[in-house]
Amino acid sequence: MTGRTFRASGRAARLPAEADSRKARRRRRLRQIRLDYWLYVMLIPGVLYFVIFKYLPMWGVLLAFKDYQPFIGFAGSPWVGFKHFERFFTDPSFGLLFRNTFIIAAMNLAFFFPVPIVVALMLNEMRLALFKRIAQTFIYVPHFFSWVVIAGITYIMLTTEGGIVNEAIAGAGGDKVNFLMSESWFRPLIVLQMIWKEAGWGTIIFLAALSGVDPSLYEAARIDGANRWRQMMHVTLPAIRSTIVILLILRLGNFLDLGFEQIYLMLNAMNRDVGEIFDTYIYTNGIQRGLFSYTTAVGLFNAAIGLLLIVAANKIAKRFGEEGVF
Amino acid sequence: MVQDRSWGSRLFSLVNYTVVGLLALIAIIPFVHLIAASLTTAQELREQTFLLFPTVLSLDSYRYILSTDTIVRSMGVTIFITVAGTSINIAMTTLMAYPLARRTLIAREQLLLMVLFTMMFNGGMIPTFLVVKELGLLNSYWALLLPGAISAFNLIVMKNFFQQLPDGLEESAKIDGANDLIILIRLVIPLSMPAIATFSLFYAVSHWNSFLAPILYINDSDKWPVQILMRQIIILSQGGVGDSEEMAPDFVVPPEQTLKAAVIVFSNLPILIVYPFLQKYFAKGILLGSVKG
Repeated sequence: MTGRTFRASGRAARLPAEADSRKARRRRRLRQIRLDYWLYVMLIPGVLYFVIFKYLPMWGVLLAFKDYQPFIGFAGSPWVGFKHFERFFTDPSFGLLFRNTFIIAAMNLAFFFPVPIVVALMLNEMRLALFKRIAQTFIYVPHFFSWVVIAGITYIMLTTEGGIVNEAIAGAGGDKVNFLMSESWFRPLIVLQMIWKEAGWGTIIFLAALSGVDPSLYEAARIDGANRWRQMMHVTLPAIRSTIVILLILRLGNFLDLGFEQIYLMLNAMNRDVGEIFDTYIYTNGIQRGLFSYTTAVGLFNAAIGLLLIVAANKIAKRFGEEGVF
Repeated sequence: MVQDRSWGSRLFSLVNYTVVGLLALIAIIPFVHLIAASLTTAQELREQTFLLFPTVLSLDSYRYILSTDTIVRSMGVTIFITVAGTSINIAMTTLMAYPLARRTLIAREQLLLMVLFTMMFNGGMIPTFLVVKELGLLNSYWALLLPGAISAFNLIVMKNFFQQLPDGLEESAKIDGANDLIILIRLVIPLSMPAIATFSLFYAVSHWNSFLAPILYINDSDKWPVQILMRQIIILSQGGVGDSEEMAPDFVVPPEQTLKAAVIVFSNLPILIVYPFLQKYFAKGILLGSVKG
């Protein structure tokens, strides 16, 4: 009661001095800036970094509407409107890139995404702490090696000239398979590599969610006669449901983000038709062949779809009652 | 906890332990095989394709790949990039995260928005390449150090970490006459050492493994980091390291498979040595990001 009166009278008192208070506010701000002087100095390198290496390239995206000529430079190059986009949309590689990117992304989602969840559930059921810890240490290992190492190991093991997989096939009386040059093996290999490298590491986030489950829930379920399978389905799984949903949405937002390094390292002349994706196409045509404006247009198209997916994914997250990512 | 000793439960455990055990083996057997293959003689590798523990040890493949300084020089480049790059990352990230964690900062919201937007949209490979080129950084190590100096994600996580520190500390230090830079260096950073150590690990691993940046920006083979060299030798089978002229006259050059295995093992020695000790910090560190603020 008294609080309300006090606030009302306070506002009434301030009204006539509106102009004064604006000046006072500005003075307060200036004083605050002077107080925080060092904070602004500290910001300089970071802000410069974002402006030069993040926002300057965003402005450079305008190159997609120009014909870039290296000797004239960015500003002098002539505007050409949507020429590069028209060229890209009518190019046969447009359909190819779209199909490849989409199929590999969908395969990753269908075959890679569930693996860490299943492995985390299995690890969670283990009671022998030492065994569990050693298993975890081992399955995290591949995550720390570069894609060059992973691709290198794949090459060494799958080559037809002395690779152990083909030696085994030959030893069993089969015909050697040229996995590395095969169109039908490219996509399965990409997904298998992904699982081998990242699935173990991916369990961490689910294990963290699982460690928060109240043990008394299991007790209660057991008293009600639930066996271990039913405990897993009705206690454990619901506990990590929101983690699964959030990660699935994040994954959908980055759906087209396949990782340049992995695909590029596994591509060769024989599997390009099933393996070429937007990023590798941009690299080979932009950096290697110097078609800067054209590939900027391709990149802009790709980034625009990516942005759309992220915004859409975030909307879905909010509808599911999750916090959303931004 | 009451143990469930029913038949079904035991069978479940048996299957579970077996499958997880197999997965763990699948994860490391290729590495064990590579190490074994790199340490043995050509003859033993021929007789035993699935070699895991060599009976005859031989360092010939290492002696051969180290007979020229190609791989050692590349390792030197990678070590330099990792150390310098991580230092730059930590300095830049900390310096920017701290002001952003302070609520009195004017335009704080706008600055955060500027950072967040780069996580959703970026200029892409070609415009970034052209900026680096226009700055004259092509073919210089700066091109590997500067364009990734701050990871927006790590910046936000570090900012959130700083926000959890108690407010009173800064107030009292300020009354004692310390400015914000001194507060950051003497007070905030020592309190945040566990977090900073974790960020250093992640940044360091990403520098060591970086492949895209060097193939974009470095043409000069003298300046190649070890990832590029590995690709040349193992995947493209070009530009092998090692010089048979340097070896003793009766030296037999080991087969290609053994040499490639040796190159992978040697190039990743630092990770192989360090991993067992740091593994638990990585696993803890990844969860720093899940604290939302």
